Amino acid sequence: MTYFPEEVLEHIFDFLSSHQDRNAVSMVCKSWFRVERWSRQRVFIGNCYAIRPERLVARFPRLRSLTLKGKPHFADFNLVPHDWGGFVQPWIEAMAKSCKELEELRLKRMVVSDESLELLSRSFPNFKSLVLVTCEGFTTAGLASVAANCRDLRELDLQENEVEDRKGHWLSCFPDTCTSLVSLNFACLKGEVNLGALERLVARCRNLRSLRVNGAVPMETLEKILARAPQLVDLGIGSYNHEPNSVAYTKFRNTILTCKSIKSLSGFLEVFPRCLPAIYPVCLSITSLNLSYAPGIRGPELVKLIRHCHKLQRLWILDAIADKGLEVVASTCKELRELRVFPSLFGAENAAVTEKGLVAISFGCPKLHSLLYFCHQMTNAALITVAKNCPHFSRFRLCILDPQKPDANTQQPLDEGFGAIVQSCRGLRRLSLSGLLTDQVFLYIGMYAEQLEMLSVAFAGETDKGMLYLLNGCKNLRKLEIRDSPFGDVALLMDVGKYETMRSLWMSSCNVTLAGCKTLAIKMPRLNVEIINEFNDMELEEEENFCDSQKVEKMYVYRTLDGPRQDAPNFVTRL
Amino acid sequence: MAKAAGLGLEITELRLGFGSNGHNKKRVFSELVVKDENSSNESEELLRKSQPSENRVVGWPPIRSYRMKNVERKSNPVCSSSESAKSYVKISMDGAPFLRKIDLKSHKGYHDLGTTFKNLFNCDGGVLINCSDWSQYTAIYEDKDGDWMLVGDEPWEMFIESCKKLRIMKKAN
Repeated sequence: MTYFPEEVLEHIFDFLSSHQDRNAVSMVCKSWFRVERWSRQRVFIGNCYAIRPERLVARFPRLRSLTLKGKPHFADFNLVPHDWGGFVQPWIEAMAKSCKELEELRLKRMVVSDESLELLSRSFPNFKSLVLVTCEGFTTAGLASVAANCRDLRELDLQENEVEDRKGHWLSCFPDTCTSLVSLNFACLKGEVNLGALERLVARCRNLRSLRVNGAVPMETLEKILARAPQLVDLGIGSYNHEPNSVAYTKFRNTILTCKSIKSLSGFLEVFPRCLPAIYPVCLSITSLNLSYAPGIRGPELVKLIRHCHKLQRLWILDAIADKGLEVVASTCKELRELRVFPSLFGAENAAVTEKGLVAISFGCPKLHSLLYFCHQMTNAALITVAKNCPHFSRFRLCILDPQKPDANTQQPLDEGFGAIVQSCRGLRRLSLSGLLTDQVFLYIGMYAEQLEMLSVAFAGETDKGMLYLLNGCKNLRKLEIRDSPFGDVALLMDVGKYETMRSLWMSSCNVTLAGCKTLAIKMPRLNVEIINEFNDMELEEEENFCDSQKVEKMYVYRTLDGPRQDAPNFVTRL
Repeated sequence: MAKAAGLGLEITELRLGFGSNGHNKKRVFSELVVKDENSSNESEELLRKSQPSENRVVGWPPIRSYRMKNVERKSNPVCSSSESAKSYVKISMDGAPFLRKIDLKSHKGYHDLGTTFKNLFNCDGGVLINCSDWSQYTAIYEDKDGDWMLVGDEPWEMFIESCKKLRIMKKAN
């Protein structure tokens, strides 16, 4: 090979932004490995137990940005016990010793303590960005450390975390010298915030682009903030409840007209719907709208609002919008790329959505590529129509609220409908199934879903063949999670090498036995096979109950370079 | 370390009837109780009510527990208008050239309201009307259905919810 000076190689590698590309390049030869490793700035680790933190920092000493994911996805639905693991502390400790240049940390489903946040805030002088998604274990005291000590903080983004409120004035801990904030999202915090501190913070951070406040921030404060920050691009409204003829509302209505850059709206955590007209002018230019935390806005009011949103590309909404409302979305939001319709959790008598709404959307919004749809019923005919109208789906997640519900018209399984989706959408990367499904749907998925990376299965299938079709077919499968489906040891053990090509496999309430799991663990030493058995302690005296032929409640299998983890709690058995 | 068994999970026999799972012990949604007694219980209860009893399943529908807890708590759309801080209604008096507006919620009861009537339409106050004898007048209100009702029949709390407009009417002789 022609000799290239390493500086040239490094310069060329700078143009490689995707992780896959950089990974590929690092495997070419030793020299390239070395150059790549010294120049790598961003690392993504989809399973924090796939590798020890020490190995990461040893290989990439100049790391600037780390993304980590902890618990398995089904932890979101309480299927994973509380203290299963996913602690960020060892990562921060390792990086504090060896990666001083760290600027950005993005965590999902991890346990983050105040101690970790304190250590983070003191260890990295250039730290700029902290993004925590569905994490837990910290309080506002931890946030106070970050505010106080991270001198150059640009981004503090808290999404859907469980944060204990310690009533400390964490917002006041941003020093007067802090002017660097670009993005601040604390919508998930429950407690009061120091409103004066917030106003002053916004006033001095002239580069602030994104602000999402919690329900404790009233309209009066919001108006003052908007008056100071008309440059905002992304706004999350907290409390939005005032009488339309009040002074506060009138001021707000005028001030928001000065915010000509708003492209994204969310929040409305407390809302008085008669005040919504004030934001209609803003709706004309927004591309993203999240009203999924605003159950106070009823169907007709939602529709009135949507009629103004001609440029919308992303919409997250509650099913109060109903099928009729989705028809309005279809005729108004021609640029729609992503739609999520969540179920209202109170009162089944509330309007819900059915296959009709989805079909209307598919006719009106051909650019749609990402869907999460909770509905009461579905039909094969509807799914076939949707597949024809929207061949560009990359993410398709359908959740029919009644498990195993068949086609609402024909009472048949929904195999054909989902089959049409995978056959038509050749770029499909993520799929979630629901409704009544036989092995046939898995045959279709295995045959057609070549790009599929993540599949979620619940209450589906009839025999091991279903799972086998999947494992044989989907070459790019990375994450497979299955619950309450009749797949057992035969399917599990047919192609054990497959699991090393995947990030993880989750199976709960299936027919997999302890014997099957043990066999898998013995055959594949580079996989961690974890059994979560919450009744373990109760049955300790009756050990003969838990024999090899007993079905395993929850199994989580993942590839790892570092063997069984040391921090697993009692109820997790590593085989 | 918290042991799941010791947290008093309610293990019920609530059966689902799907699939070929042989588990006898199936935790129902009450495992949410483990995390956060108060709010989870409410969301669990609401979810239970919203689903037919045969279909209660652990961790289903697949909605993030954060969302379950927070959408429920912030709801009560029916109450949102009544929970707003003020409730101004128009009040007219026969013979008075202007109408006034009063905040019903800032009053403690009918007696308090009566005092306000006198202050609004008395010679000493707004000089709107010269009246010496309030017994010639009676107070009525328009309710949500558009009917005119006599003030004072129903409990105060119900009255302030249903009252849309007030009128002090001269009694027919």
